[in-house]
Amino acid sequence: MLLEAKNLVVTYGGVHAVKGIDFNIAQGELVCLIGANGAGKTTTLKALCGLVPVAQGSIHYHQQIITHRPTHEIVQRGMVLVPEGRGIFSRLSVAENLAMGAYTRHDTATIRHETDHIYSLFPRLHERRQQKAGTLSGGEQQMLALGRAMLAKPKLLLLDEPSMGLAPLMVSKIFEIIQHIAQQGMTILLVEQNAKLALEISHRGYVMESGLITLHDTARNLSTNPQVRHAYLGE
Amino acid sequence: MDIFLQQLINGLVLGSIYALVALGYTMVYGILELINFAHGEITMIGAMVSLAVINLLIGSSLDLPGVMIVFMGVLTAIPACMALGFLIERVAYRPLRHAPRLAPLITAIGVSIVLQNVAMLIWGRQYISFPAIIPIQRYEILGATISNLQIFIFIFSGLLMAGLVALVHKTRFGRAMRATAQSPQSASLMGVNVNNIIAITFILGSALAAIAGVMVGAYYGLAHYYMGFLLGLKAFCAAVLGGIGNIAGAMLGGLLLGVIESLGAGYIGDLTGGFLGSHYQDVFAFLVLIIVLVFRPSGLLGERVVERA
Ligand SMILES: Nc1ncnc2c1ncn2[C@@H]1O[C@H](COP(=O)(O)OP(=O)(O)O)[C@@H](O)[C@H]1O
Ligand SMILES: [Mg+2]
Repeated sequence: MLLEAKNLVVTYGGVHAVKGIDFNIAQGELVCLIGANGAGKTTTLKALCGLVPVAQGSIHYHQQIITHRPTHEIVQRGMVLVPEGRGIFSRLSVAENLAMGAYTRHDTATIRHETDHIYSLFPRLHERRQQKAGTLSGGEQQMLALGRAMLAKPKLLLLDEPSMGLAPLMVSKIFEIIQHIAQQGMTILLVEQNAKLALEISHRGYVMESGLITLHDTARNLSTNPQVRHAYLGE
Repeated sequence: MDIFLQQLINGLVLGSIYALVALGYTMVYGILELINFAHGEITMIGAMVSLAVINLLIGSSLDLPGVMIVFMGVLTAIPACMALGFLIERVAYRPLRHAPRLAPLITAIGVSIVLQNVAMLIWGRQYISFPAIIPIQRYEILGATISNLQIFIFIFSGLLMAGLVALVHKTRFGRAMRATAQSPQSASLMGVNVNNIIAITFILGSALAAIAGVMVGAYYGLAHYYMGFLLGLKAFCAAVLGGIGNIAGAMLGGLLLGVIESLGAGYIGDLTGGFLGSHYQDVFAFLVLIIVLVFRPSGLLGERVVERA
């Protein structure tokens, strides 16, 4: 397993946001974590990256325990999060944002080559590369966030609600890109409230409710599961 | 003698020193939203350390040339202040990183008082004169005089500021620093060690403060354990005037404050019919600050870019 979380507990003061969950991701998988607002999905991702302290349990990544490592070190080991709200540096230019994605790398020539590749995938970013990132639209910012994450050369990519706040057309474009990235062999943990879309492109899925994982199955089985259909697919 | 030109020259020289100190306030504020009130004391320590080394070398039998002695003094003051800045961040501010805003502010004032008292214990309460080991030469231009020391201060500060701007805008470290200033969490998600960036920011600011301290000491020919207080306060005003957190703003604010103060001091006697003398010059810094903040609360260059969510 590339990533394995065992009995993970995260608390905010007295509030138990994540109440002891187990999950894993194998190399090359696209796994989704779905659940209603407030279920604890974002908290789970933050715990993986060391952005919130883990109260109990452990996180194994590449056969190593990373439970209490600082964020920058986890990122250097190839676990890269595109956070909720995207985390764009709005006062830096588009090009500088992309350069920040490659912060841990030193292979200048390859970085330049890959940046050009990102620009060819997202021509809008190329047009606006000298502009402040804060002036981009929501969809463009999400593209920038994805492109920036790709430049970190992640071994495990964590995506927190990439569809949030985007127009339907943009949502399907972003999901196409995610699927494209996954098909190239990237391991991805996708957190989504849009369960339908997430299950369509994922291999496996976990369902989270009030800090606990209540279901775990292949994406196909989950999307035919009556419980899931009722609660998350609006049927 | 042309008073206007003369005061303009004096103001620019003084202002470039304010700017160097203001940069330290603004860089730290930009990243931590913390007003490091101990920063003024770092300039004082810079002046004191360099003075101690200079006096030591003068008293020694080495018989070094004056320029060399001053150079050695500066070269000792810089690492001493860098270490001090690093230590203050590590010991006084870092443990309070997530505490309510008031806590580090009060700590900053505490650190400032501690440093003043330590300096008083080591160097005493009296004014210490800076030995004039480099002969001062004065040049006449258009009815005003300018000294070699003034020229040096102005040009050297300019070079330092240009270097800092290049560092912040052209290098990988500078980019990480600006990213951290915007969002430490997002920066850490890029693999940036935020604690290192913060430490280096304190160290850089302290190096500039050390140099500014030596300049002030040499310029007025005096050093005193309390000299950092007013200098720090004025530099802080300069930073707020330019827009705190904004590097170009600190430079502009510093120069502007120096010029306004000098011109004010030059003309206040005439303006008030001799009622107020030039020793009221310190009032100008604060007067200007208040007036600017009434009309532009975020300072001259402190305007935020338009952001779309
Ligand atoms: N910084 C915080 N402080 C206190 N409680 C929080 C914080 N962030 C999230 N929570 C709480 O933790 C729970 C899980 O939140 P979150 O992980 O954001 O859920 P999701 O991403 O699934 O919507 C919610 O009840 C939320 O109110
Ligand atoms: Mg969330």
